[in-house]
Amino acid sequence: MRIFGIKLPNMTSLILWGLLWELLGQMEVSFFLPPLSSIFSTLLEIYHTKAFIRALVETAQAFLGGITSAVVIGIPVGIFMGKNRFIDELLLPWVNMFMSAPLTALVPVLMVLFGFGLKSIIITTTLFAIWIIILNTRAGVMQINRSLVDMANSFGASPTEAFFKIYFWAALPEIISGIRIGFIRAVKGVIIGQLLISIVGFGSLFELYSSRFLMSHFWAVILVLFALAFTLSELLAMLAKRFDYYASKRG
Amino acid sequence: MNSNQNAVSVKNVYKNYGDVEALRDMTLDFPKGQLTSLLGPSGCGKTTLLKIIAGLLPATKGEVYVNNQLVTTPGPDRAFVFQDFALMPWASVIRNVAFGLELRNVNKSEREDIARKYITQVGLSGFENSFPHELSGGMRQRVGLARALSVDSPVLLMDEPFSAVDEQTRRKFQEDLLDLVKNENKTFIFVTHSIEEAVYVSDQIAILLPRPSRVSEIIRPSGFRNKDADSIRKDSEYLDTVEGIWKSLRSYVE
Repeated sequence: MRIFGIKLPNMTSLILWGLLWELLGQMEVSFFLPPLSSIFSTLLEIYHTKAFIRALVETAQAFLGGITSAVVIGIPVGIFMGKNRFIDELLLPWVNMFMSAPLTALVPVLMVLFGFGLKSIIITTTLFAIWIIILNTRAGVMQINRSLVDMANSFGASPTEAFFKIYFWAALPEIISGIRIGFIRAVKGVIIGQLLISIVGFGSLFELYSSRFLMSHFWAVILVLFALAFTLSELLAMLAKRFDYYASKRG
Repeated sequence: MNSNQNAVSVKNVYKNYGDVEALRDMTLDFPKGQLTSLLGPSGCGKTTLLKIIAGLLPATKGEVYVNNQLVTTPGPDRAFVFQDFALMPWASVIRNVAFGLELRNVNKSEREDIARKYITQVGLSGFENSFPHELSGGMRQRVGLARALSVDSPVLLMDEPFSAVDEQTRRKFQEDLLDLVKNENKTFIFVTHSIEEAVYVSDQIAILLPRPSRVSEIIRPSGFRNKDADSIRKDSEYLDTVEGIWKSLRSYVE
């Protein structure tokens, strides 16, 4: 951002909006909008409480469980879909349907099927993240340079060797960007799952704080979640950049 | 010519893509230790034939023999040089060159020693740890060539290897190729659409005509083969051969 020709550091706009928030909060415009400073001081009060740490741990467990299964299942499925026409035609309509479906509506069904606990949240998270990982991996494999496959075959590569030494690496830039979007969707999944099930993790905190009208507590948790999601996504973007050098130089 | 002198023999090969007849009854011999060009206008099936010899494409009918062995799949007796280089962009030059040996389970230090030798031979020493995107087109094809040489196959299949490099580099490559044919005791099968290139580098030129593809003529330029690289392009037999081939091909060019 530039003001009067002076280049300002990257996050300056955030500071400006933060100041506006603080100002509106001090003016007591709305009960729902406490000043930013009091939100931060609340955050400092609650971040070491048992309830908060438990919420964080439970959320991390659900998130990691969900994203791990999405990656471990999604990448091979995507590679098989990209390589094999039959598997592709069999699965693609379903993947596309789930990709655009309002998955939130499925959570109550999952609750009935898998109970009101961690398991349902992990499955929700997986369902949010997996489809984009499959689609991106598939796209990565389908754009693979045909002569790379010929090259591996001409030196007598077995199907397993071709899979691990060519297909996986050739599709890696797309796989990583798929995982990145998958992570962002998984954050939504884990929070939506917790909100609907609302007896674990941050869901229970939200429930607790909003039912008692503890607005600065409520906002403090939201800020933490936003910051976590943003940091995660930026870290993955940095990782993705490391592989970009060959994404554009292929072929 | 008896069959022992042929490194590769193609016998009555047909290739159909659905209703389209790409190759019809193709029979062709490739003498040992020589360079044979497959020359023809685009769509004449020269790359298809090369890929069938490589075992990358199955023939609809007919046989391919390499050193009198029937082949249907790729094997260590043939190595392929690709038009678009086919380098792994995520791997260093040395890993790319050693990749053929890696797939043959040669251990790492041994295959890197061999790779280093061929990297030097193609004039790329110092670039072992560079990545393909850091190299020019000509250097990339040298990597592709080093990779094909490092598996030490008796037959080298080259699919328009110089068509993606600039003209100056291409001339240098052609001269290097002449040395390679002279010094390595290998059989080269070389696909090209350049008449000059074919006449310049070949011991034998098979002229292919399209739809359906067939061998129309085999030319063996001989008079200038032992001259040095510079004199060939001025040799009268070289110029006459180029002219003759152009005359027979021109009616097939749209």
